[in-house]
Amino acid sequence: MAAEKKFAGYICTGCGISERLNVNQLQTVATREGKIAEVKQHARLCAPDGVQLIRDDIAAGATHLMIAGCSRRSKMEVFNFPQVAMSRANLREGVIWARPNAPEHQETTQEMAADYIRMACAELKYLNIASPSAEQKLNKNILVVGGGVTGMTAALEVAAAGYPAHLVCDEGELGGAWKDLYKRVPFRAAASEVPNGRDVDLPLPEEPGIAEMIAQVQANQRITVHLNAHLAKTSGAPGRFAADICNTAGATVTENFGAIIQASDFKPYDAQQLPEFAYGKTPDVVTNFELERLAKAANGAPLKRPSDGKVVESVTFIQCAGQRSEQDGHLPYCSGFCCTESIKQALYFKTQNPDCDTTILFDDLRTPGAAGEDFYRCGQQEMVTFSKGKASAVVKNGAGLTVKFKDLILNEDTELNCDLVVLATGQVPNNGPDPYAQLAVDEAETEEEKEAARRKLEVAPPSILNLDYRQGTDLPQLKHGFVDSHFICFPYETRRTGIYAAGPVRRPMDMKQAMDDAAGAAMKAIQAAESAANSAAVHPRVGDLSYPKFRKEGCTQCKRCTVECPFGAINEDEQKYPVFNESRCRRCGTCMGACPVRVISFENYSIDSVNQQIKAVDIPDEFSEKPRILVLACENDAYPALDMAAQAGIETTPFVRVVPVRCLGSVSLSWITDSLSSGFDGIVLMGCRRDEDYQCHFVRGSAIAAERLSKVGDTLTQLNLEPERIVVHEVAITDLARAPRLLNDMAATIEKIGMSSFKF
Amino acid sequence: MGDISKNYRLNFLKEVEANVEEGEWVKMCMQCGVCSGSCPLGKFWDHPPQEIFMMIRAGKRDAVLTSNAMWMCTSCYNCIVRCPRELPITHIMHGLAHYAQRLGLAPAHQPTAKFAQLFWNNLMKKGRVNELKLGVKLYFMNGIGEGFKTSLKMKDIGLGMMKTKRMNPMEAIGGHALEDVKGFHAVMQKAQELEDQRLANQRP
Repeated sequence: MAAEKKFAGYICTGCGISERLNVNQLQTVATREGKIAEVKQHARLCAPDGVQLIRDDIAAGATHLMIAGCSRRSKMEVFNFPQVAMSRANLREGVIWARPNAPEHQETTQEMAADYIRMACAELKYLNIASPSAEQKLNKNILVVGGGVTGMTAALEVAAAGYPAHLVCDEGELGGAWKDLYKRVPFRAAASEVPNGRDVDLPLPEEPGIAEMIAQVQANQRITVHLNAHLAKTSGAPGRFAADICNTAGATVTENFGAIIQASDFKPYDAQQLPEFAYGKTPDVVTNFELERLAKAANGAPLKRPSDGKVVESVTFIQCAGQRSEQDGHLPYCSGFCCTESIKQALYFKTQNPDCDTTILFDDLRTPGAAGEDFYRCGQQEMVTFSKGKASAVVKNGAGLTVKFKDLILNEDTELNCDLVVLATGQVPNNGPDPYAQLAVDEAETEEEKEAARRKLEVAPPSILNLDYRQGTDLPQLKHGFVDSHFICFPYETRRTGIYAAGPVRRPMDMKQAMDDAAGAAMKAIQAAESAANSAAVHPRVGDLSYPKFRKEGCTQCKRCTVECPFGAINEDEQKYPVFNESRCRRCGTCMGACPVRVISFENYSIDSVNQQIKAVDIPDEFSEKPRILVLACENDAYPALDMAAQAGIETTPFVRVVPVRCLGSVSLSWITDSLSSGFDGIVLMGCRRDEDYQCHFVRGSAIAAERLSKVGDTLTQLNLEPERIVVHEVAITDLARAPRLLNDMAATIEKIGMSSFKF
Repeated sequence: MGDISKNYRLNFLKEVEANVEEGEWVKMCMQCGVCSGSCPLGKFWDHPPQEIFMMIRAGKRDAVLTSNAMWMCTSCYNCIVRCPRELPITHIMHGLAHYAQRLGLAPAHQPTAKFAQLFWNNLMKKGRVNELKLGVKLYFMNGIGEGFKTSLKMKDIGLGMMKTKRMNPMEAIGGHALEDVKGFHAVMQKAQELEDQRLANQRP
């Protein structure tokens, strides 16, 4: 950190800024009010000579730059000076493009620009240069938990990239849930554009390739396999994880890792919960997993009925058995692999005996994966009978079975006889206990909720990672026990930085998809280990060197930060003071927003750096008819949405002053109270969607903020202000038209309820 | 429901594949229902194409072959154009109709079937369609009473056609023919022999 701050200001006059604004007046604002001694104008600051101008100043000792011009989201690669602190005033997207070019709007537009200059100057005073903490060194070892196809693929991918991998497998041999495969669902689609024949070259079941994969893992010099092993304890953070790998013989080795991949795959659904299909009552009703073992044992010979050894001449597959159903004990979701699995297994019978009657009773036939629809056509080509029907019961009928079902095409209750019934059962994620299960019990509001939460706690599975974290032993879950991850944008990121989930533990999937997943997670793990070595953040603030610091003497040990951190980054010491683990941190600032005594801050983002921006805004008096609306906009979605709206020429009220925040979770209530008491007439908070289908880049930040702000009504009442003055909106990056409208709505609201009387 | 031991057995599907023109496509139907939704006359049928295909796979031999569905097809080809699996649905429907007729299972007094037979008989005589005779036969298809009624109703059109020389009353006696009627009959007889032979070999 530089001992002395040396400020430099730049105002770009390009992109129409000088035509629309009085730049000289802005320069005066920056020097007189912003207290930046030297402010330069440049006709096109992003051009090489403009950038050179800045570089020269840095070389001459400038440590803090205020750049006024385009949005902070534009020209990031050009205005990239990691060695200095920087603030940017958004004159282009934030002002001139968001306002119509007409003489009657000139005054308010100029005021807007002047305020953004004041804000950028004020912010700059409170920024420090973030520097790497060097808290951890480069550790290239990657830990892979799970010896199934996903885990083996991850280890192989890690090794292929030149990094050593440790593979921890809780069984005596590798292979996992898919090791009993006789054949696998094809990894390819049909050749495309074959003249006159789209049904030629349809994909057929393939050799499973598991034994070869196991051999590859065992032969790989960079992979260390731990069989019959589990993790007794995992502590540390990315770059310095320490894992106690314990085997069944009781021997424990401790290894250090840069990052972790959890590839614990899935457990087959327990079909004992399907008595209506006679599972357990007759050996002739088997699950898809059991059939695979029968097929492997037969190894090409005709498949026989388990009860009496008769060669199977007719077989019925019941899809969605115990799945896609809200019934107690059933899986509410689609496991996504069972349709193609059943087609594959039906072809086992057809290959043996083309006259074998094979019927697949499906509700919706879904064929995700590499082979997709082509594999369905392959099944049809081989005369597998696909019938849209809902099975209700399987009963014994002499030596055979009768399946009762409703044919949904012919709309009739019917039945068919067969020798064997195969239940297409689903995948249950093989995950550890929900780390927030205890919290759910503690925080349950009704007795009913408490009871449900307690039941969940009782049946919790044993831990897989045994994390030594304040917030529990395993990866947080979203729904149905699957690991929580940002489903669309960052699928492998979990809520524990540096620990990546791959394969069916993340969402149900087939083998090929699990292998692709493993490759993705392996790359992310390597990236996390490398970033940790540089003290840099991983997604979404990739490369950010700042990390939260706290003033211990001010801390009241309230534990809010340690409880609310979405990523479990903060531990507690014996005296219940927070212990920050920098490389676990995603730099969202949720801890900063949580802290009631405001002792947590980042070098380049703090309570003061925002508060000073709020205070820098010039507030016209109550009778000016110029209200001021503070907008705290999430920098990930809401702020770019406003930028893009301006680019699209959508008009925004001139009374808003937008402050980008890292996440709504970082919003301190002190900003709200301070802005109200300094005369702002309205406050709009814009964060991301926060329900089960959340879009928050920091998973819980938006939800936590909404929770905190639900209590802000009291503050307003104390100040004798109307509750409408504060609104929280969920804004997506695509809300170009909506985001400005929400701001204009607030302006209209204020016009209706009148100006705030807190203007001094 | 009948004999459930035959439900969802492949026997009938295989019979259709062997005997029905384009029948080998039936198994490729994915039951999306686009054909049924596209058929302009679908609501007048016992079973739209999608249902017929499912019935074949469910082994409902009698219900399929006695259905009026395939007789109601007007060959508009909407279903063929729209089928995402590119099944020749219209052709399959006609193939099924033909097969049902061959087996004598087509619904009795089915007007389309009757007319098709009249047309065939008419054509076979001289190798040319005698429109006058075909029209008269069609009017009297369902009995003398209805025949006279229809004839009277259509008399103005008939007279008009004669006036404009669109219809020749002399066609009622003999009518025009191919140059080599004998040769035509020989060709048709040979074709019938070949077809009979093929069917005799195929019957399960």
